[in-house]
Amino acid sequence: MGAGVVIAGAGQAGFQCAFSLRTEGYDGPITLIGEEDWLPYQRPPLSKGCLSGKTDLDAIALRPAAYFQANRIALRMGRRVESINRLGLRVILDDGGEVGYEYLVLATGCRNRVLAGMEGVSYLRTREEAAALMDRLETAETVTVIGGGFIGLEVAAAAAGHGRRVTVVEPQARLMQRAVGPIISEYFRAMHARHGVRILLGTTAAGLEGDMVVAGIGVTPRTELAEAAGLAVGNGIVVNAQLRTEDERIFAIGDCAAFPSRFARGMARLESVQNAVDQGRCVAAAICGRGADYAAVPWFWTDQFEAKLQMTGLSNGFDEQVVRGDLESGKFSVCYFREGRLIAMDSLNRPGDHLAGRKLLAGSGAVTPEQAADLSFDLR
Amino acid sequence: MGLFNRKPKETVTITYISHGGARVEAAVPVDTSVMEGGVSNSVDGIVAECGGACLCATCHVYVDEAFLGLLDPIAADEEVMLGNTFCPRKPNSRLSCQIHVTKALDGLVVRTPEAQH
Repeated sequence: MGAGVVIAGAGQAGFQCAFSLRTEGYDGPITLIGEEDWLPYQRPPLSKGCLSGKTDLDAIALRPAAYFQANRIALRMGRRVESINRLGLRVILDDGGEVGYEYLVLATGCRNRVLAGMEGVSYLRTREEAAALMDRLETAETVTVIGGGFIGLEVAAAAAGHGRRVTVVEPQARLMQRAVGPIISEYFRAMHARHGVRILLGTTAAGLEGDMVVAGIGVTPRTELAEAAGLAVGNGIVVNAQLRTEDERIFAIGDCAAFPSRFARGMARLESVQNAVDQGRCVAAAICGRGADYAAVPWFWTDQFEAKLQMTGLSNGFDEQVVRGDLESGKFSVCYFREGRLIAMDSLNRPGDHLAGRKLLAGSGAVTPEQAADLSFDLR
Repeated sequence: MGLFNRKPKETVTITYISHGGARVEAAVPVDTSVMEGGVSNSVDGIVAECGGACLCATCHVYVDEAFLGLLDPIAADEEVMLGNTFCPRKPNSRLSCQIHVTKALDGLVVRTPEAQH
């Protein structure tokens, strides 16, 4: 049976890998090591449902303790892997303990970028940070959000929804620049403005005003464990198409992994539930002897005010875009093409388009811009 | 203020029956979802990969007919994802993340399909 699988990191990816190992029939020992004290939990609600008040912080665990016991998944919570002994096939924990492995899965995730030299700024990545942010939001009248990405805008929408006066400061020229096209950026700018959120683009000034300051300025992958073990790292822990590092017994998955992607036309590192789940499942299958190249279509979502934005594919580098539907109606999709081929779609309140887009991207993307713009054309 | 202070909730009893016949009778708080009740009670067959965003169709259930009329109607996004379930959609198919638990659902019975993906 061997020493089993050790998973370093108990976020969405690490949890999914353990879960899928059991559903794939893996019978050996599984150890899931996470540095937070909580049972593995979902992060999306921290900036969405929990902050808007719809979801209880106590209701975000991925599974209850009884699940891990019943499935013989040994949880080592509140612990961190300090180093990897690759020759000895062991990890060394921060309490000095050691765990042997047959396969090691690195699911170490990311850490927040922080504003150097600024005290008293709230961040949002962990459950503790969410709880602290919610406490401060109770009494703050004015909120300054630094960073107009998903996290910053979700915080802004929730705070405005609670009646707070909110300013978002974004150094780039448009919102969510890394993830969506300019039409979507402008739609969201106008929507936030309509809800009373002040959006300052192309500036880093006015950073410290407000009863509370929240920064959502991106993350960096946690690669130091892999690097210290002599594994290749770049923008993430470098893995091959099967998500293996250069050490055939060590995989990397989720936010920390840099992997070859046809959607990125090169190496990609994606921060999303979809990527964490699909990579966790892919590696579980590989460990069970059913390895395959990771080829899942990327998708993402964000909820802000009444808008539910669903994105699929990677739109960076598009050379043509068409709008499907009517911007005024708040129900439309932007379809992105490169060299005549569909590469991504951002759908606002058009879930049918989103799902059709995922299926098109999983195949050949054989739809023309003219067809995509024609509402009478069935994308399915 | 109390933006986030939540009172302890009433619960209703929901019975989850897996494809293999295993029954889980769970006390599920009102104002949550049938999916959350399933996940927090380790119901085999409710996977819920996206966590309730109505984006993955891995929390598909078949609802006992007696309760169908008590559920909120199927919204556009659920309708789309119900067209993408792994096991066949039936007239009583729902995504459990979209079934809002109310007091009226006390005694609800749902069955999970053979597989979710």
